[in-house]
Amino acid sequence: MSIRIHKSGLLDTLQDEGRYGYQHLGVNPGGAMDRIAMHIANALVGNQPNETVLEMHFPAAEILFEETLLIALAGADFSATINGKELPILHPVLISKGSILAFGKRKYGARVYLSVQGGFTADTWLNSTSTNTKVNAGGFHGRALQKNDQLLLNNPGTFSFVFTDHAFEVLPWKAKTAELYTTNSIRFIAGAEFGNLHNQSIVVMKTQVYTISRDSDRMGYRLQAGPLTTLSHQEMISTAVTRGTIQLLPNGQLIILMADHQTTGGYPRMGHVITADLPTLAQMQAGETFQLQEINPEQSEDLFFEQEMNLQQLQNACNFRLQEYLKA
Amino acid sequence: MLFSSPYRIYSSGDHSITIEAGNQIDTKINQEIISLFHDLSANRIRGVKDIIPAFQSLTLIYDITICKKEAGNQSVFTFLSALLELRIKQPIAIANAASRRINIPVCYDSSIAPDIALLAELHTLSIEELIEIHTGKEYRVYMIGFLPGFAYMGTVDQRIVTARKSVPRTFVPAGSVGIAGEQTGIYPFGSAGGWQLIGRTPITMFDPKNEIPCYLQPGDEVRFFSITLSEYKNWGQS
Repeated sequence: MSIRIHKSGLLDTLQDEGRYGYQHLGVNPGGAMDRIAMHIANALVGNQPNETVLEMHFPAAEILFEETLLIALAGADFSATINGKELPILHPVLISKGSILAFGKRKYGARVYLSVQGGFTADTWLNSTSTNTKVNAGGFHGRALQKNDQLLLNNPGTFSFVFTDHAFEVLPWKAKTAELYTTNSIRFIAGAEFGNLHNQSIVVMKTQVYTISRDSDRMGYRLQAGPLTTLSHQEMISTAVTRGTIQLLPNGQLIILMADHQTTGGYPRMGHVITADLPTLAQMQAGETFQLQEINPEQSEDLFFEQEMNLQQLQNACNFRLQEYLKA
Repeated sequence: MLFSSPYRIYSSGDHSITIEAGNQIDTKINQEIISLFHDLSANRIRGVKDIIPAFQSLTLIYDITICKKEAGNQSVFTFLSALLELRIKQPIAIANAASRRINIPVCYDSSIAPDIALLAELHTLSIEELIEIHTGKEYRVYMIGFLPGFAYMGTVDQRIVTARKSVPRTFVPAGSVGIAGEQTGIYPFGSAGGWQLIGRTPITMFDPKNEIPCYLQPGDEVRFFSITLSEYKNWGQS
């Protein structure tokens, strides 16, 4: 029961919701950059929300399916194909044994997530299967996937489906994602050193347009915009930082910490991107632009609950449809 | 009750809350922070996923959904803020002055200590004097961060306090022992880094195969002792 990497991609790693409980030892959480896409990909094939998925950047890997499997793709749209025929994302799909999944042009997004029913067999390290490439632990031998790697599967269902003219069958329901991502500004709550910004810089921070710089990755997004200045130079003592923390670098530019962030940091904290908007940010890549909008912590919590509720409803609907389909 | 000095509790993200005491690195405050860390680890707040002590602060990373069930109508931040206030006003056993004393071998041979000659010259010391000063003191592990298992220790003798390199190295080998300002530390992994490198330890500072992967923990008292290059090369083989 396996799939095989036919051709490697830029950065393809196994991820779950992240590794928590060890940050006091300097072990960063990691995990899927876009938790919504991970959740949706899993929901479509009937998995638990945090089942291990394959996170792929652009250009993504080519994958050979060595069994007939139920899979789904969610997140970015990289023009997926099966044996050269167009494959829609956000649908559960039955793929016949021997088929090859490949990708073409990047339409939108930065990371696509592949789920298989039952999940991938992955190394668990400190209670998580997320790949930590620094320590080389978790996921697939603690590293990004390479050509010819064989990924074993936990316990995919067995399908006696008879494929007709295609090597795959797209099941006829699609996950609606419009309400789950934001199309407007990326929202943040004020950080501990926000008040140390110049009055004018406060205005600038909330009105200017940020471009995501080339040297952005799973650790953090470096932003390019007009430099911000503070009232006084504060010598900072390092504290814990977390996903979404917006730090002000000495050159006046901002950096937003992402999944593979360090556990502690000593730069002034201007704000924190709200958890509900991190998936939207995770699907933006170098060169793309956005603005920042300040909201209060209560609103941030409410937006998160609303999003979780929508995801839960989506999960329930997917489970229902899948059960009905498999019965028929 | 903890923190005789002023402290503040603030949101450090919508899933993160921080308590910070004072604005300097202080052994007594750090001890209180680590005591609070042990107390909160033993008596966990439901929904808290990580407890991260630093020099003079402690941060809780939490699951917003689970905490909201306990918080009811209040925001999770308000709820956890009140809980923390209450917790620090209750008696908390202050961890022993040194929870553990650990001796770490370091080879200061110039062939694997690229900055030691430079530092000796800068501080008008002989290399032997510099080694004597670095090994002549017990260092406290104030916190672990930056990399898995990277212990921030301090403080070094004033005679060897040295600023970071102005241009960080693109690669520092695992085990490298460095100085940055008043701090000393060991790189557990090969990594980019700006600390002044004065030696190397053969000890594996972080082993993912161990149940407790970290060799050092916050609150530990560490003393370095000098070993020769051949001892370094053959360490653990006898």
